[in-house]
Amino acid sequence: MTTAPTAGQDRVRAQRRGWLGAQPIGSLFTLPYLVFVLTIFAYPLGFAVYIAFHDYFFTAPGVEVPKPFVGFDNFAAVLTDERVLESFRNTAVFLVINVPLTVVLSMVLATALDSGVRWASAYRIAFYVPYLTASVSLVGVWMLLFSSGGLINSVLGPLAPSPSWLINSTLAMPTIALYVTWKQLGFYILLYLAALQNVPRELHESAMTDGANGWQRFRAVTIPGVRAATTLVLILAIITGANLFTEPYLLTAGGGPDGASSTPVLLIYQQGIQQQNPDTAAAIGMLLVIVVGLLSLTANRLTRES
Amino acid sequence: MKIIRPVALLGAAALLVAGCSGGGGGGDDGGEGVEATGPIDIWLSNNEQEVAWGTAVVDAWNAEHPDEQVTAQEIPAGSSSEEAITAAITAGTAPCLVFNIATAAVSGWVRQGGLVDLTQFDDGADYINERGGDSAASYMTDDGFYQLPWKSNPVMVMYNKTIFADAGLDPENPGMESYDDFLAGAQQIVDSGASQSAIWPSPTSEFYQPWFDFYPLYIAETGGTMLVEDGEATFDSDEGRAVAEFWAQIYADGLAPQEASTDDAMSVGTTAMQLAGPWAIASYAETVDVGFMPVPTSSGSEDVFTFADSKNVSMFTSCEAQGTAWEFLKFATSEDSDGQLLELTGQMPLRTDLAATFPEYFEANPSYEAFAGQAERVADVPSVPNSVETWQAFRDGYSAAVIFGTAPVDEFLTSTAETINGLVAE
Repeated sequence: MTTAPTAGQDRVRAQRRGWLGAQPIGSLFTLPYLVFVLTIFAYPLGFAVYIAFHDYFFTAPGVEVPKPFVGFDNFAAVLTDERVLESFRNTAVFLVINVPLTVVLSMVLATALDSGVRWASAYRIAFYVPYLTASVSLVGVWMLLFSSGGLINSVLGPLAPSPSWLINSTLAMPTIALYVTWKQLGFYILLYLAALQNVPRELHESAMTDGANGWQRFRAVTIPGVRAATTLVLILAIITGANLFTEPYLLTAGGGPDGASSTPVLLIYQQGIQQQNPDTAAAIGMLLVIVVGLLSLTANRLTRES
Repeated sequence: MKIIRPVALLGAAALLVAGCSGGGGGGDDGGEGVEATGPIDIWLSNNEQEVAWGTAVVDAWNAEHPDEQVTAQEIPAGSSSEEAITAAITAGTAPCLVFNIATAAVSGWVRQGGLVDLTQFDDGADYINERGGDSAASYMTDDGFYQLPWKSNPVMVMYNKTIFADAGLDPENPGMESYDDFLAGAQQIVDSGASQSAIWPSPTSEFYQPWFDFYPLYIAETGGTMLVEDGEATFDSDEGRAVAEFWAQIYADGLAPQEASTDDAMSVGTTAMQLAGPWAIASYAETVDVGFMPVPTSSGSEDVFTFADSKNVSMFTSCEAQGTAWEFLKFATSEDSDGQLLELTGQMPLRTDLAATFPEYFEANPSYEAFAGQAERVADVPSVPNSVETWQAFRDGYSAAVIFGTAPVDEFLTSTAETINGLVAE
């Protein structure tokens, strides 16, 4: 025997559905991830915003110290700091080299691997190994390669730049950009390989029937076919590039020479952790979030299908 | 509606953040903690010899104090000890004592409320002054002793005797006390091909790097003047200029590389000299035949001062048994323990008349005798507000003007002094 639900029960059920959605069990399953996002991302982000607007420093538990609201003072301080501005300019140089290079190389190499080139599996592994290897150990190899007496300069002989790559204020950041492109390439190739599986073979066959050559098929079929992957690669490359830390910290010995490869995240580390000024560090972090957000939005718009 | 809900959640999180960050109540433990006894934890440097010393001292203490056991461990891994300690203070997980405190970090930790003023103990100030002598006063912060001056590593010029001999220099008496002689000797080393470089100070941008290039020579040139005295930067002077120009000359002549070494340059023989303390004797005993000479001055004067590179001991406010911690601190810095420290590590306890206190040790270890004499003539980093920022500002200016030569030395001295005056006045 069943009983018809009362109007009150209906209201409660509707309310519950309002909060938990049409699939309450599904919402329940997403709860752990929601908690994770709130504690690992939302809380620190909110805290960073709070810190950026206060004269803040970390204290021992139980120590009460005034941390007054200072409005935009911390932002004004970092925006008038030449080192901060230089770090953003350096990041721009990095992104201008790294992002297009990453997109073009990974797309071309993935297409080549997808077209049934010989030793494709070996190439895939070769491209992926640098991505899997810890940057700390790879940086050591690049230091040996690009130091003044390193292999690259030995090969170049009189053509070797002076000062050498890593201590040359013009070449330090491009060298880092090349290193990061090489290191991350395997991951982006993998994304493109997955995307290429979804490009219908019939499109290529039709194009061939119409007399299109390899380049024309690549331009007219492959590139539009992997547009969604290109958007993802662009955004990921921008985000990881803007968060550059390990490479300038290790490869160019703390953003050298003379700050030519310093980055906002390196300054956040210096000011927030070493110098105990989390307020200005948080202000740099907020600026970085805004810049990366705008760049990602632009990348998304540019690659959106009209 | 779909947008409003997440925004509301984020807003709630932000409010939570704002509410939580107002700081809790409480405050300093005051007298209660100072009297308290019980088991304590201590952190030691990860230097192998120091760990051996610490273990021996802790074992000796524990044998006599069953109710006040001490547990020692190495400072947790981090980019630097200072970063690990700063994080521990913030999290409230700092131990009672850390035996590896760099003076430059102390003012920041005092500001955090993380350190105990040792003058709170009845015999605190007397003990520190009696042990450390007149120089102890330079380790005070805000009129309190937040660190006990423990040991120093007076910085001298360490050189590879084999490379010196190959270059035609007298390895027992190189005669490089003045800038002119030093530059000539360095040039001779490089020209002879005995080594790729004459000297290889780390050219990296960390705030503490000046302690191993500019600062020891500046202290020597000025007879013991610190970077900042009486709230004013001191280096925008003839002496500061002389030292900066000396190093600029070294880099301009290619006697020191502008990039970091990928190896230990002394061990692999890619450099002939480094600035180092007595710790280097044990470290290079197996690999390099090293000699030591005082850091050079413009006039080649005798009995020069140098950078102390001291490491001290601090007590942390998170310590619940501060009475035990203070008694253990005195035990670990007693004459016996200091003798043991010297014996096991070769590092110089910061106490008056070192050579006369431990004559047998220096007789048996003549290579350390020069350091004992040098330990009487040292200066440390000044205890000033924004200390790390001060050194970072100095390093940034120095890198541009001296290491990479992209700015005039005079401009570096003047503008950096101005910046530092602003920082220490905050």
